[in-house]
Amino acid sequence: MIGHQMMKGNAMNTLKYQSQAVAKPYFIFALVLFVGQILFGLLMGLQYVMGDFLASAIPFNVARMVHTNLLIVWLLFGFMGAAYYLVPEEAETELYSPKLAITLFWVFAAAGVLTILGYLLVPYSTLADITLNHLWPTMGREFLEQPTITKIGIVIVALGFLFNLGMTILKGRKTAINMVLMTGLIGLAVFFLFSFYNPSNLALDKYFWWFVVHLWVEGVWELIMGAILAFILIKTTGVDREVIEKWLYVVIAMALITGILGTGHHFYWLATPEYWQWVGSIFSALEPLPFFAMVLYAFNMVNRRRREHPNKAATLWALGTAVMAFLGAGVWGFLHTLSPVNYYTHGSQITAAHGHMAFYGAYAMIVMTIISFAMPKIRGIGEAMPNRAQVREMWGFWLMTVAMVFITLFLTGAGVLQVWLQRLPETGEALSFMATQDKLAVFYWLREIAGVVFFLGLLCYLSSFFTKEKAA
Amino acid sequence: MTQSISASIDADSTIKIVDKRLPGDLAMWFFILAELSVFAIFFIGFAVTEQLNTELFTASKAKLHPVAGLINTLALITSSFFVALALHAISQQKVRSTVIYLVLGQLLALVYLVVKLWEYSFLFDAGIDIETNTFFTLYFLITAFHFLHVILGMVILAYITLRARKNAYQQDISGFEAGASYWHMVDLLWIILFPLVYII
Repeated sequence: MIGHQMMKGNAMNTLKYQSQAVAKPYFIFALVLFVGQILFGLLMGLQYVMGDFLASAIPFNVARMVHTNLLIVWLLFGFMGAAYYLVPEEAETELYSPKLAITLFWVFAAAGVLTILGYLLVPYSTLADITLNHLWPTMGREFLEQPTITKIGIVIVALGFLFNLGMTILKGRKTAINMVLMTGLIGLAVFFLFSFYNPSNLALDKYFWWFVVHLWVEGVWELIMGAILAFILIKTTGVDREVIEKWLYVVIAMALITGILGTGHHFYWLATPEYWQWVGSIFSALEPLPFFAMVLYAFNMVNRRRREHPNKAATLWALGTAVMAFLGAGVWGFLHTLSPVNYYTHGSQITAAHGHMAFYGAYAMIVMTIISFAMPKIRGIGEAMPNRAQVREMWGFWLMTVAMVFITLFLTGAGVLQVWLQRLPETGEALSFMATQDKLAVFYWLREIAGVVFFLGLLCYLSSFFTKEKAA
Repeated sequence: MTQSISASIDADSTIKIVDKRLPGDLAMWFFILAELSVFAIFFIGFAVTEQLNTELFTASKAKLHPVAGLINTLALITSSFFVALALHAISQQKVRSTVIYLVLGQLLALVYLVVKLWEYSFLFDAGIDIETNTFFTLYFLITAFHFLHVILGMVILAYITLRARKNAYQQDISGFEAGASYWHMVDLLWIILFPLVYII
């Protein structure tokens, strides 16, 4: 048993099931990719104001592709690690096949690294030629830029992953948390299949592109987030499972109703019938509700806690992810979701502001939550990291979170000014796109400074993560 | 929760307890509030758009069938009344009456569904659909969304009917109350929807 070998020689083994340790490489690799994502983010942030900086080696469009693709892939590694850790404990049985989990890790990691190297080392069109994109063209769309062969690899990894988890659940206890998590993960795999459908009609292309992008982040990923949050709350607060699961159902029901119909907010300007303006506006306006419910949920459960869990950092991440997801996904999403507002703000820096805080708050932070909870146990340190390491982790939390708030505020400022100068004027005084960008430079500089602080926070977090200290 | 329910079986303290506590489950009330928020936004959107397009809305409303709307209003109010009687019966552990009232409530909901479908086909025959104009966009969206709620409400009523038949509410009727509360919400929404969309 791989998990067992990993744990050999550790006196403080607090893992319930040894195969949960297969999550370790997933979490570590996720953090490596996270560092890469932030470095490319800093590079792009600089290119916003110094267009020539490294432009011949890493052009802006490539840096952007790497920044967003690394984000998605590290979150997927995080979700997989979370599932490998959480499912056996919920099902009260060892993972069906730890070997398969480790094999798939290496397949996915190799595919991910090769794809990123492909983006960086050869022109994108050459990458398309090498990977025989013409046989089944799927490349060239935002966030789904991966070569077709990589996409097929992702599907194979996802199938093996779901098979492994499914077999584990079948032989073990069936809990609401496992069911919600599996529904989310199966949904993630199913909606990814739309990335293989690439109609030549541009409106249809965008229409189905949103089936992947929107129904991931405002649909099935919310189930994954809810399930992980519920698991952590049960573990850290000791509140009854029945109570936590009941509220999990309320949250995901609202998330699905508002999220699925909320897809309409992407259909405003895609030559779709007018009623999408109403459906999209009204249902997406209510998407903050499930996130607000998650805030109430997390704080209530922590206030009603029946035990003092030694892992304070994990609890902080759990509360933080609820609050930041509400602000980033909920409030900043609402800012530009009504169709009469979106008519002016579509694709402006307001979208970028929303994207940054939503992804960090809802998905980066939920992965950090489960990593924070699981890693001390997987590494044999105990229930929690030593106090000094936890303090450093919390410094990392606050530096990254506050920096992200400022990144979001500066981008929002840039977006408001952009709309004012470029979109609102009805007559000839509207500025051109690039003339507007020049006027936004001060906001971009401030955003870059906040980005550097974020990176420092990440380093602080990593110094805690890789600590050699043992619990006293 | 359990404490107050066990007390409510005691005939002497029934009235006092029922007055004091929230019927059903807090989670259901949260869900009901979320639902009411969606409809509130729809209603406000409708009212504001009507103010901006008075003539279009008046002309379009004239094409609706007011008698169908009236029948549906009566059907839903009466259905809600039977569900209230059912709740009263189950709190006194009269299972047979409970089931009869619930079935009557669901039959009236079925009347609503049939009349509403007839009304849609009546409009379609007249060449009217969701894209005819802004009034009918909102008419079809709001009523269809409400229609789906009636179906969900009927599923919930069917579920509590089956549970009542199995004597599942001997100790704790909060699940029953939660289902009944949801059904009253569906009725309440129609009572606002009918005058707003059909009459005023």
